[in-house]
Amino acid sequence: MSATAAAAHPAWLRRASTFLYCRPTFYVLLLLIPPLLWLGTVYIGSLFALLANSFYAIDEFTARIVYEPTLATFRQVITQPAHLDIIQRTLLMAVAVTIACAGIALPIAIYMARYASSRMKALFYVGITLPMWMSYLVKVYAWRLILAKQGILSWLLESIGFDRVLDAVLQLPGVGGPSLASSYLGMFVVFVYMWLPYMILPLAAALERVPESLLQASADLGARPRQTFWHVTLPLAVPGLAAGSIFTFSLTLGDYIIPSVVGAPGYFIGMMVYQQQGTAGNLPLAAAFSVVPIVLIMIYLSLAKRAGAFDAL
Amino acid sequence: MTTAIEFRDVTKCYGNVRAVDGVRLQIEAGEFFAMLGPSGSGKTTCLRLIAGFEAPDSGQILLDDNAVTALPPYERDVNTVFQDYALFPHMTVLENVAYGLRVRKVSRAEQQRRALEMLALVKLDAMAPRRPHQLSGGQRQRVSLARALINQPRVLLLDEPLGALDLKLREEMQIELKNLQRRLGITFVFVTHDQGEALSMADRIAVFDRGRIEQLDTPRGLYTRPNTAFVAKFVGGANVIEGALAQRLAGGASHDAPAFAVRAENILLGDVRNSAATDVMRCEGTIVDVQYHGAASRYQVRLSSGELLTAAAPDSIHQAHWRVDSAVSLSWSRDAVMPLQAAAASNST
Ligand SMILES: Nc1ncnc2c1ncn2[C@@H]1O[C@H](COP(=O)(O)OP(=O)(O)O)[C@@H](O)[C@H]1O
Ligand SMILES: [Mg+2]
Repeated sequence: MSATAAAAHPAWLRRASTFLYCRPTFYVLLLLIPPLLWLGTVYIGSLFALLANSFYAIDEFTARIVYEPTLATFRQVITQPAHLDIIQRTLLMAVAVTIACAGIALPIAIYMARYASSRMKALFYVGITLPMWMSYLVKVYAWRLILAKQGILSWLLESIGFDRVLDAVLQLPGVGGPSLASSYLGMFVVFVYMWLPYMILPLAAALERVPESLLQASADLGARPRQTFWHVTLPLAVPGLAAGSIFTFSLTLGDYIIPSVVGAPGYFIGMMVYQQQGTAGNLPLAAAFSVVPIVLIMIYLSLAKRAGAFDAL
Repeated sequence: MTTAIEFRDVTKCYGNVRAVDGVRLQIEAGEFFAMLGPSGSGKTTCLRLIAGFEAPDSGQILLDDNAVTALPPYERDVNTVFQDYALFPHMTVLENVAYGLRVRKVSRAEQQRRALEMLALVKLDAMAPRRPHQLSGGQRQRVSLARALINQPRVLLLDEPLGALDLKLREEMQIELKNLQRRLGITFVFVTHDQGEALSMADRIAVFDRGRIEQLDTPRGLYTRPNTAFVAKFVGGANVIEGALAQRLAGGASHDAPAFAVRAENILLGDVRNSAATDVMRCEGTIVDVQYHGAASRYQVRLSSGELLTAAAPDSIHQAHWRVDSAVSLSWSRDAVMPLQAAAASNST
């Protein structure tokens, strides 16, 4: 047996594998070098390079970056009402999108994890990931057409006599606009559509890990289905909800394409970053703005942690 | 005595597997009832039918003489100790035990007090603030027991509760469970595949095979009067003698018993030249295997007609010369013969 194995592999290869087998630290190091290089230098490194920029400021007259550490740019971000407006708008949208995604995803994930036959489950997984195989831009522009003034949706609503409802909704201050395609409501719909898979998948995974016997134990001890949902299913879904909401929350905070293709004229953080580092050439302000989502997500994570979202991990 | 649980011709199928096949039984209130059978014989399904996690395809289930076939689990006065314990991982031990009170909207103080009382009963009050994953298997098992008992159910269902424990702990828990049952006076329905466990703990035992009850009897009744070859072999591993050998040994004296069983410990090993008495059955063979078990040794003997019988003999110096390939005679008194029903009945489906 060992003779055949020895014959099958050249001597140097066997010596190398023996060498690695006997030195696990070296072996692990060898495995870690590529990811460490990637994560350390390319990823975190460039992130820090970007963040470093936020501690500089731009000279008002020459429009040149002054390379002296200062908090002036940050002060600008959090004191100017226009900037605060952008942050508030983006944050509200991210929260709304996250809540909507969670609300829509939960029943779907429960169905997938508990009730679907294996064929149905496969169908759902394909159906949910299918949109992710398509170009992001194509989907956004498709939605613009769907939501447009003469688009499919308004035509559909009109044909079933709901155009009055649509008009009334578009009249609403804050969410409305001239058409769905240029309203915060439309933008919200597109955001929810885009990020829904990122909520469903971790949620379904979390629920599938919950053994059936836990739900039976709950019923056995006298809990009605509603009580089982609140006391057992939902708390055990929380790690999935937390993972999913990190996706939906941070993706909404950072996106700049959806707000610029679909939606109202108000700026979002991502658009601001894009504009400031591009046309406006204010790299420090762009960098300072890109710190905002990072801080918001860190606050979100620490709140979630304090609420015990990661205890069950 | 009143009837706590009754099965009236209950059948439950999964696809084309008859997991429970026309089961009819009555469990008395306050009884320690065991369901014994090999893996896949339908014991767990029976428990799930009692608890209400499954509905029978046909037949009726009664708890305290009330039909519960259509009642959901949360409306049955029955609690379960699950095979995998099913403790809620996101709750502390105390919260787990208090859960049954919490969903019944008992006040917080009362929940706390009674849960601690229950934990004290299973000697785990010190573990109250821990999470289930911080406990050992035996401790989890006891938490699961405390949680199931807190609602003071009329019936407690236990699905192989000791299966995952090591031997010493298992024996301790057997005694503890039996004491607890006697003290609380609750009906216990205990599922196990371990015949020793069933014999030592239960008041009555139902032996399951392929979804049917082969025999329902007291432990002594099962051991001394097995009805079928399956029961004789499964409970205590008796020798089953059928066919031509049975005819020859019975000597035409009992035509109505085409098959019978003899326990290994009732078979006397002897040298071949020993003379035969009239009230014993006798045959001869060669030892093919000897297993030493401390107090006794078990001898596998191949008869000249081909059958394999097992004889157990206390370990003594006299028998030291019997080893593999020794020719021996086997004999047993006619009192030790346990007549069996024809095996055909249980094979017909
Ligand atoms: N949920 C199920 N789906 C399909 N078949 C099942 C299911 N539960 C049990 N069975 C089948 O029913 C039979 C009895 O199972 P079970 O009651 O679990 O046996 P035991 O507890 O005696 O080992 C087995 O053949 C098993 O494969
Ligand atoms: Mg079982």
